[in-house]
Parts: sequence; C-alpha cells; structure tokens
Amino acid sequence: MSLTARDVAEITRLLEESSFDELYLEFEGLKLSLKRGSAAQVAGSVPAAPGVRATESAAPRATEPTASHVPEGGVPAAPPGDLEDVAAPLLGTFYRAPKPGNPPFVEVGSPVEPDTIVGIIEVMKLMNTVRAGVSGRVSEILARDGMLVEYGETLLRVAKAV
Amino acid sequence: MAIRRILIANRGEIAVRIIRTCRALGIETVLAASEADRDSLPARLADRTVCIGPARASESYLQIGTIVHAAQAVAAEAIHPGYGFLSERAAFARACETSGIIFIGPTAEQIEAVGDKLKARAAAAAAQVPVVPGGAVDCLEGALALARRIEAPWLVKAVGGGGGRGMKRLERLEELPSALELAASEAGAAFGDARVYLERYVTHGRHIEVQVLGDGAGKVVHLGERDCSVQRRYQKLLEEQPAPHLSERLRRRLHQAAVRFAARLKYRGAGTVEFLVDTEGDVFYFLEMNARIQVEHPVTEAVTGVDLIAEQIAIARGEGLRLEQSAISFVGCALECRVNAEDPARDFQPSPGRIATAHWPSGPAVRVDTHITAGARVPPYYDSLLAKIIVHASDRGAALERMRTAIAATRIEGVATNLAFHAALLADAEFASGAVDTGFVARFLARTPLGGEERKVG
Repeated sequence: MSLTARDVAEITRLLEESSFDELYLEFEGLKLSLKRGSAAQVAGSVPAAPGVRATESAAPRATEPTASHVPEGGVPAAPPGDLEDVAAPLLGTFYRAPKPGNPPFVEVGSPVEPDTIVGIIEVMKLMNTVRAGVSGRVSEILARDGMLVEYGETLLRVAKAV
Repeated sequence: MAIRRILIANRGEIAVRIIRTCRALGIETVLAASEADRDSLPARLADRTVCIGPARASESYLQIGTIVHAAQAVAAEAIHPGYGFLSERAAFARACETSGIIFIGPTAEQIEAVGDKLKARAAAAAAQVPVVPGGAVDCLEGALALARRIEAPWLVKAVGGGGGRGMKRLERLEELPSALELAASEAGAAFGDARVYLERYVTHGRHIEVQVLGDGAGKVVHLGERDCSVQRRYQKLLEEQPAPHLSERLRRRLHQAAVRFAARLKYRGAGTVEFLVDTEGDVFYFLEMNARIQVEHPVTEAVTGVDLIAEQIAIARGEGLRLEQSAISFVGCALECRVNAEDPARDFQPSPGRIATAHWPSGPAVRVDTHITAGARVPPYYDSLLAKIIVHASDRGAALERMRTAIAATRIEGVATNLAFHAALLADAEFASGAVDTGFVARFLARTPLGGEERKVG
C-alpha cells in the first residue's frame, strides 16, 4: 500500500472540512498523523518540519506537525535541546483528566513543577498519579486520553525551566 | 469460547514455543515483555509486544494487575502463563477468572489444592496414591512423636514450598528442634507461609513424573512418564522419556496413580504428577503436582507426537480432551538437554552477557527450543536457560548417540555454558547404562573433571 501526494491532499481536505482537529491513520505499516493549525505559525517556528509525517514522502500541507511545538497564544516553545520526556512509570490506561468531562490536568503550555500531576494511569481500577518530575512548561502531549500506555512510553514533553 | 488472540505472560524459549503453536493455529499473539526483553526473539516474533515494566520480574512479569490490564487493553481473550512467574499463582488465575479472561491452565482452586503440599498429600492419599511416610507438624512434641514413628533420615519441608527452599535433612532426633525452626523461618521468608511438615528422606530415589491432560470435568489421560533424575541441587539438567529400566508393571501403576490423582481434582489442562521411585524396592511415592506446562514437555511431544501447547489451548477453548487414552501411542525414546548460561568450571555460576555466536544443531529428529540468536542478550534478572536440545530415536542407545552429535555441533560464544557438562554426562558409562538416581549428578561431578582449575569437589 502506498500513499500518493494526491491521497494526502484529499485526506487533508477531509480533515479541514470536518469538525475534528486531529487525524491519526495507521494501516499496513504506514502511519500518518495530521493536526489542524495555522500555517503561518508553522512556517515561523518550525520551518524544517514537514507538515505531514508519514513513512512515505508526501506533499506538505497547511497543517501542523503532530508535535505541537507551538502552544496556544503563539508563545514559542523552548528549543528541542531542553525538552524532557515524561515517561509512563507503569503500563495502564492513561487519563488526562481526574474524571471524564473534567478539564485536563495540564495542557500544552501549562507550567509544571516536579510534583505537578500531569495524568493518571489506571491499572485494574487502581489509579496511579503521574507527576512531571521536572520544572518547566508542557511543550507536547503524546499520550492520548483513555488509551493504553506501555511502561516507559513518553506521555508528554516538558520544556525545562532555566 | 473462541480464542483469537493470546497474551503471553512469559519470556525466553517458552514464549517462542507458545508463539509457534499459536501461529500454526492462526491465533494472534501479544507478548507482555519487560524492558530487558523488548528486543528479544519472542518480542520480534509476536504480532505485538507491550512493555509491562522494568527488568526486575517483581515489577513486570509478576505484576498480576498490570498483566491482566494489558490483556484487556489489547483485547486478548486468553493468557498463557508459560512456566514459572505467575503460572502457578492462584491469585493470578483468579484475577483472570473475575476479569473474564481465559487462563490457559487449571482453575485457581486446583492451583491452591496442589500448591499446598499438605492438601496435596491428603488428596493423594484419598486417591489411593502412596505418599512418603510423614505428616503435618504443629508442635515439637508432635514432631518428635511423628519422627519416632517413621524411620530416619528425615526431611523437613515447607508446606507452601518448592525448589528445595525451606527444606532441611536430618539424621538424629536431637537435630529436629533446630531444623524445624530453620525450615520454618526460611519458608516464611521465601513463600510467606511458615508451615512445615516432616517426611522420611528416601535416600535412593528416582524422580519420575507423569504428564497428564484433564478436561476439567473428571476425564484425564496420561502421556507417559519422564525420568528427571539428572538433577543438581533440585535443578533438572537432562530429561528422558520413557524412564529406562522400569518394569512394565511399575510403569503402568505410575500412570494409573497420576490419572487417579488428577481425576480426583477434576484437573483442567496440562499438568505433571511427580513421583519418587525407590530404586531398591518396587515402590513409589507421590511428591507433588505441577499445575503448568513444564520445561521438559518436548520429550513427551517427541515420543507421542502430541503438541501439548495446542492441547492446552483446546482445553481452554472448551473443546475438552481431543485424545482418547487408546489413541495415544509411544514411539521410541527422547532426550532433552537444558543448555544453561552457567559455568560448570565455576560451580555452575550464572554467566549473563551478550551472545557473540549461536550455532544450534539440526538434522533429523533434532529439535531446539530457544530464544537465543547471535547478538541476543542474556539478562542477569532471569533464569539462565538458553535452549533445550531434544532428540528422538528408536531406542535409548540411538538417542544418546544422536544427542552426543547434537551437543558436539552446538557452539555458543559470549557467555559460559554447561555444554561441557552435557558432553561429559553423555560420555559417562553409569549414565549410559540408565536408571540413575537423584544423587547421581553429585557423584558424577565429584569424579569428573570439567575444566575448572580449582573446581570444588562435593
């Protein structure tokens, strides 16, 4: 299975016309993730990043890369060298909020301290809180709400405070 | 119930072995691996691998909640526990039962019934299966009275134990108080159960075990007996089927005793009933039942042609026993050598490391169950089993010859192995004559140089 530039353009158009902000597609070893965003911001902050991340080359589009290096409000995130991964301390189901419907513990751009709770990992009805372990600002959230995370999997990234 | 996807809660060669049968049956596999095993051969062979925790088994392979959660999250209908780790933990089987996941093995109650050695002894006696003279110990007076009734030497054993831990041998009554105390504290530390019992120590015994399959409703068949007397400190090193030099009458009685015992429990799945066979008299005693697939199951597969993992899965699916006793036939003789990363020249010290070269034997009727390829890591956290080499031939002499050739063709570099031990064992006249007892390896090592400069004797 291969994906042509025309296919990607078509998928991107569908995303733009939909009410969704993100699209994640995986089939036959090919992964494609698209995220709605402003093209101008992308061009200004991460010029080298392709708009589409896929295993095969595809035409860049007016979409942001999956990694939202640009937090809401347009504040540029720290350079990648100062990013710290927050890894899952155990396998389980990851939740971004204390209860369904509640606001998430952190968003991209949220300031965190080492003991700030950034999420919950549920194992057999047991809720384990996950703490940032580092001071800084959340630059990227990789783990998806309600999904299985493995031990050691990166949940989010924090731009370390200097 | 249909099983389309199985989570394998184990590692190493047994994980590879389970994946092989699942593939043949068209069942998807998800390997629950620790961080140390993420790049292992089973992780590459499984359809999917999930990392369940750090290298230390207590934080990964022994985490009941994590493994059950992983099985649910990946939509696996069943869990295969392999051997060791959680395979004989009643709490794990129960967690699967309450979570709606099929545990490929016996019920939690059956695991409890055979895990408690006193309960197992009582069940054996009730099934008219002879047990070693002995019994429960609750106070010193009672223990002394019991010890006087049965003859010396004695063995103090842990009720919840296994693998030689919490076990003390004694010859004189004066030693009894301290032996009881020591065994109880060891058992408490190792198994969280300080109860001990007293048995006569059978000095000349062979370890012979019978493979059974039960449908969970009281129907049980046996798949013959394996002789596992070649042991060093309760660790088996070589197994064979059938047990050599056994009268047909005694062989039949062993099979029937194992079937009676398992049938009484309405045992479900694959299990093994272990016996101590007195080499002098024509007598045998029940030792224990192992409620899991065993390391040495391939010798039985070689002799019977039955895929035991496939039968485990069939029983778990609710298909019951697919084999009548009369349909199980026994052909020839099979041997298995356990190749461990242990250095016989240094008192069998474990030798973890990275495998530089791995060349395994091949040829007709030669089977190698392994997870080791060149470049593989042997982590220090788990057991040292690298591979099992299994040969099959028309008779024991031919099987021994085939195994000598297979061991000579095996080359492992990067870690020390016990291959020199196997080569020497297979060249030994006493072993070749057959029917050695469990004290054989100690005697053999005392008289056989294995390349150590300062090898300890004894």
